[in-house]
Amino acid sequence: MSVNELFKEDLKIINIGLESFYTELKAQDIPSIHVQWKPFAGGNRKMASLLGKLKSSK
Amino acid sequence: MDFIEEANKKVLEIIQSAQPTLIGMGVAKDVVPGMHKHMMLHAGPPITWEKMSGPLRGAVIGGLIYEGLASTPEEAEKLAASGDIEFDPCHHHSAVGPMAGVVTASMPVFILENKTYGNKSYCTQNEGLGTVLRFGAFSDQVITHLKWMEKTLYPIMKEAIEIHGPIDLKNMIAQAVQMGDEVHNRNKAATSLFIREIASSILKTNSSKEDQVKVFDFMNSNDHFFLNLSMPAAKASLDPAGGVKHSTVVYTMCRNGTEFGIRVAGLGDRWFTGPAAIIDGLYFPGYSMADANPDIGDSCITETLGIGGFSMATAPAIVQFVGGTPQDAVNYTTRMYEITLEESNSYKLPPMNFRGSPTGIDIRRVVETQILPVINTGIAHKDAGVGQVGAGVVYPPMNCFEDALEAYVELLDDEGLLD
Repeated sequence: MSVNELFKEDLKIINIGLESFYTELKAQDIPSIHVQWKPFAGGNRKMASLLGKLKSSK
Repeated sequence: MDFIEEANKKVLEIIQSAQPTLIGMGVAKDVVPGMHKHMMLHAGPPITWEKMSGPLRGAVIGGLIYEGLASTPEEAEKLAASGDIEFDPCHHHSAVGPMAGVVTASMPVFILENKTYGNKSYCTQNEGLGTVLRFGAFSDQVITHLKWMEKTLYPIMKEAIEIHGPIDLKNMIAQAVQMGDEVHNRNKAATSLFIREIASSILKTNSSKEDQVKVFDFMNSNDHFFLNLSMPAAKASLDPAGGVKHSTVVYTMCRNGTEFGIRVAGLGDRWFTGPAAIIDGLYFPGYSMADANPDIGDSCITETLGIGGFSMATAPAIVQFVGGTPQDAVNYTTRMYEITLEESNSYKLPPMNFRGSPTGIDIRRVVETQILPVINTGIAHKDAGVGQVGAGVVYPPMNCFEDALEAYVELLDDEGLLD
């Protein structure tokens, strides 16, 4: 499907990431869902490493 | 990592099979392990007099006056600072206390037993709302009310429980969560069920009709009467999990008004603490966040078990007390399934299509998802002697869980269990 055809249809939008994209759509009455998502361990490398160690424990 | 899952499975079996039961009452110095005349128990992790916040200091002052160890607030402050009073967390004595959580030697306490594992837990009687010790008030009115609870309420309740026999609190809580309570900040149904259960036994006690009426009126006027039973019920259910080697499940969460503390089953009695937060909520007329003390109390032992804030979906009316909408309450509960390992086999939530309450907080999931346990709570004024100024929703500091995770990985490393 081409992009032009896509925008002729009724859009169903799932937003992941910056919440401002969702709030802008909501303000224009476009149905959308915002997924509450954070990077693994909030992007904290030290915590991600600790969790990784547990996944590879004996 | 199979051994981690095995350890957590064992902890969940312990929690799910607990049978918290009210078996009697006694005076703290006679029944609470390690209690003595110059000991004062408090909510939350360990803390010194110097670091105590206003409401905890106020409750200590009131407790010393109540015990007759001081006759004025000034004398009490001097004694508290002298080093002659031993301060210790309720949690170190199988006890829990709401808000300041102060327990002194002469205070009557409920005695609960977890019938599955034989461990006991203790909690004072709830004082009611308004100007009360647990929010740091210590006026003559507060002390007079505590004395009434000791001299009139306690003997009648003690005798009534003896006449009745053991009361299954797990069953009572299970019923209450299907009647709109989450048994932390809403205990209306549970208090009603308790009154219904104990009523005929109160009438059979060797006490005057006038005093019996006062006891009924007090319980009826105090929707939080059952809080001081739901808290030790949660404590008795969770305590046997402490010390299960290699488990990553949280078995204690509490706050002393300065710090928030958690304990993890696989890390035994070790506390992991961080600064207690200011609560976002609804403030009584004339008060704002500027008046609030940081988070305080052992009552989030209910959330640790998976009731309280974790089960807010089942108590939509509570949002009028702590803020938000009924949908927010459902969202809070839904989110808690992300950081817990099982659903309760006993506490079933009708608005969640009778799913069991989210049970068994795993520190790995908290750190991985960055979703913190949700707690609904009362808000104490930051100054000693004022009392409650609102209620709301609050979260623990993330560093408690991160520090615990780090300690846990170090432990496994020391034991040679990591690749």
